[in-house]
Amino acid sequence: MISSLASGGIGVPSTAAELKSSERNELVPDLARKVHELMLKARVLEERLIAMYKQGDGYFWIGGPGEEALNVPLGLLVNKGQGLDHDYLHLHYRSNATVLAMGADPVDWLRQMKSTATDPYSRGRNFAGHTTIRKWNVVPINSPIEVQFSVAIGTAEAQRKAKSKGITIVQGGDAGTAEGDFATCLVWSSRKGSELPLLIVVANNQYGISTPFEGQHGEAHIADRAKAFGIQTALVDGNDPEMCTAALTEAFHYVRTQRKPCLLEATVSRLYGHSSATGAKLVRSEVDCMDHFEQKLEERKILTRAQMNEMRARFTAELLEASLRVREEPPPLPHTIWDYVLADKNNVGNGKGDPWQP
Amino acid sequence: MATMIQAIRMALHVGEERLGVTDIFGQDVGPPLGGIFTGTQGLKTAWNSPLDERGIVGMAIGLALAGQKPVAEIQFCDYAFNVIDLLKIAGNIHWASAGDWNVSLVMMTPVGAGIRGSIYHSHSFDAQATRIPGWKVVMPSNPRDAYGLMLSAIADPNPVMFLEPKALLRVKGQPGEQIPGEPSDDKALSKMIDAPLGDRSAWKPEWPKLGEFYVPIGKARIACSGNDVTVLTYGRNVPMCTLAANELAKEGIGAEVVDLRSLHPYDWAEIKQSVQKTHRVLCVNEDTEITNFGEHLIRRITEELFYELHAPPKLLAGAHVPGVGLADALERATVPQVSSIKAAIAMLARHEP
Ligand SMILES: Cc1ncc(C[n+]2csc(CCOP(=O)(O)OP(=O)(O)O)c2C)c(N)n1
Repeated sequence: MISSLASGGIGVPSTAAELKSSERNELVPDLARKVHELMLKARVLEERLIAMYKQGDGYFWIGGPGEEALNVPLGLLVNKGQGLDHDYLHLHYRSNATVLAMGADPVDWLRQMKSTATDPYSRGRNFAGHTTIRKWNVVPINSPIEVQFSVAIGTAEAQRKAKSKGITIVQGGDAGTAEGDFATCLVWSSRKGSELPLLIVVANNQYGISTPFEGQHGEAHIADRAKAFGIQTALVDGNDPEMCTAALTEAFHYVRTQRKPCLLEATVSRLYGHSSATGAKLVRSEVDCMDHFEQKLEERKILTRAQMNEMRARFTAELLEASLRVREEPPPLPHTIWDYVLADKNNVGNGKGDPWQP
Repeated sequence: MATMIQAIRMALHVGEERLGVTDIFGQDVGPPLGGIFTGTQGLKTAWNSPLDERGIVGMAIGLALAGQKPVAEIQFCDYAFNVIDLLKIAGNIHWASAGDWNVSLVMMTPVGAGIRGSIYHSHSFDAQATRIPGWKVVMPSNPRDAYGLMLSAIADPNPVMFLEPKALLRVKGQPGEQIPGEPSDDKALSKMIDAPLGDRSAWKPEWPKLGEFYVPIGKARIACSGNDVTVLTYGRNVPMCTLAANELAKEGIGAEVVDLRSLHPYDWAEIKQSVQKTHRVLCVNEDTEITNFGEHLIRRITEELFYELHAPPKLLAGAHVPGVGLADALERATVPQVSSIKAAIAMLARHEP
């Protein structure tokens, strides 16, 4: 049984057979409740963001409903903090549950969705789900697919050289692994004698925007590509938070202790399609990690259906109320486009336009 | 006097000794070669990267995010075109994150024609570079400025692109352009800091006691003063324009050559002052002429100093062809030469409104 997510605090499953045994990977009730609560919060947050988009309170939605079972345990396993002795995160636009599990305020996502001046991640500049939290080493999430795989090697290299306690985590989707940045990541992280403490997580939802996996990949598993570089790999059912917890715990432990890269490929669902560009409609044919987990929790008598329903209703009401408040928050002022162009000059706009006009 | 490449190497040495440089890296940058132009020989933090420009720029960004001070080299700017999206990211992280992060790194890369480099070792990068907001962009035209600009680039909290005019890398400084602390004897300097040919495994440089000398980013330099025509240029074209100006001085034409040194931010105050004096402007650079940085300068001069002008501003730049051809006649026909610069200055000077 998995009883705690504190680093190194649990019996890490060491064999594939152990990993496959879901019983051994069962979370103890307290932890199961915690993971469930965060998954539910993340799901309700996605639903609120989609609703805001559909009501005209945002220009675009993209997020991670269907990745919560992978992303919540990931966020809980992070050694959170600033600097080399903590973990660096290079996430993608479906990572909301990870950042939420680390302790971020869900209301800040609503602010980014509404493009308010109070949006702490980008002051109204970026799409929802493009978080950045320097005090926790969460580097800015970017829209270009896969570039984080080229950048992540840099924080990992700094940690390697410093022999620090922290590791680097990089995450992306399946289609994006066709980009050269994925090859960059494999090549640079596995150089003999200079291996990087890098956890590579591929969330395989079987699609690009519309292009299915089969049309894009000759390899059976994306993880197989890492084997040629001697990189440790693992496959996991990303719809099962208990399996994900076990596999991620093992992967974190390996990277933390061996100071070498590891690639974990998780099969996940894309519950509301690619983004608002494809309608953000619920896709009923996809497996829903919440349904499965809640069923298990009910069977194991960890939570009752009524309790879970009550939680869902409460989170939904809280975020609805928050979204109404966020609606009243101010939009960014036009002259703020000049803020933060450079780090030394013109940190805050003076409203006079081009900073280069003397 | 040191050559420009020796000056860059000495600045990088001061960078790693005193300014916190942690990583100097790129293809063939570490031992044994120390850079294909020798710019990184003997540096203690220099290392060889895989042959992967995206990895080099991504690594630099990641190192900077992790609080390191990287100097990354792209071996020739001709091979930087597949990293433009990463350069954009380096330039937008501070802005996109509303000041949460900054990316303090230096990217250095040799640019331009003049060494018979053919289609893929002659590209310019100034037009591309100045189109990426969030970066500072500098290009020296002499060893001392190279030294001072590199120190400023290293100390800067932003990403700074250091464009190296490759035709000038082996050119020595002029008298009076001494780098503080460099030995006055060229041979002595070479013996101290140039790696020997052959086996270098036991070689260690002996660095001179160098002073810190900063050329502020954003400050131009008057390479030669004159009252008749303002010539706005940088890098390899600075000595060419100066030569043209010296020859024209004999014909009674006074050209003022403004060596911009910083392309972004650029020294508008200096440009304005010169144009208000001469009333005639020529921009000279090697990049292809369509959507050229000189075009921007001309646009701004036309908008803001229109009534100061006594002649239409002129741009002398690279021909808008896909590459710089190898044969001597082709290279000369593609990028500005002293003769074409001279002709353009003279034409502007003689122009009657
Ligand atoms: C470099 C780049 N090319 C194209 C796009 C447009 N685009 C956005 S998401 C996407 C599909 C990404 O698929 P995958 O990597 O599997 O991740 P998923 O969205 O399925 O999680 C594409 C093509 C982009 N953002 N960046």
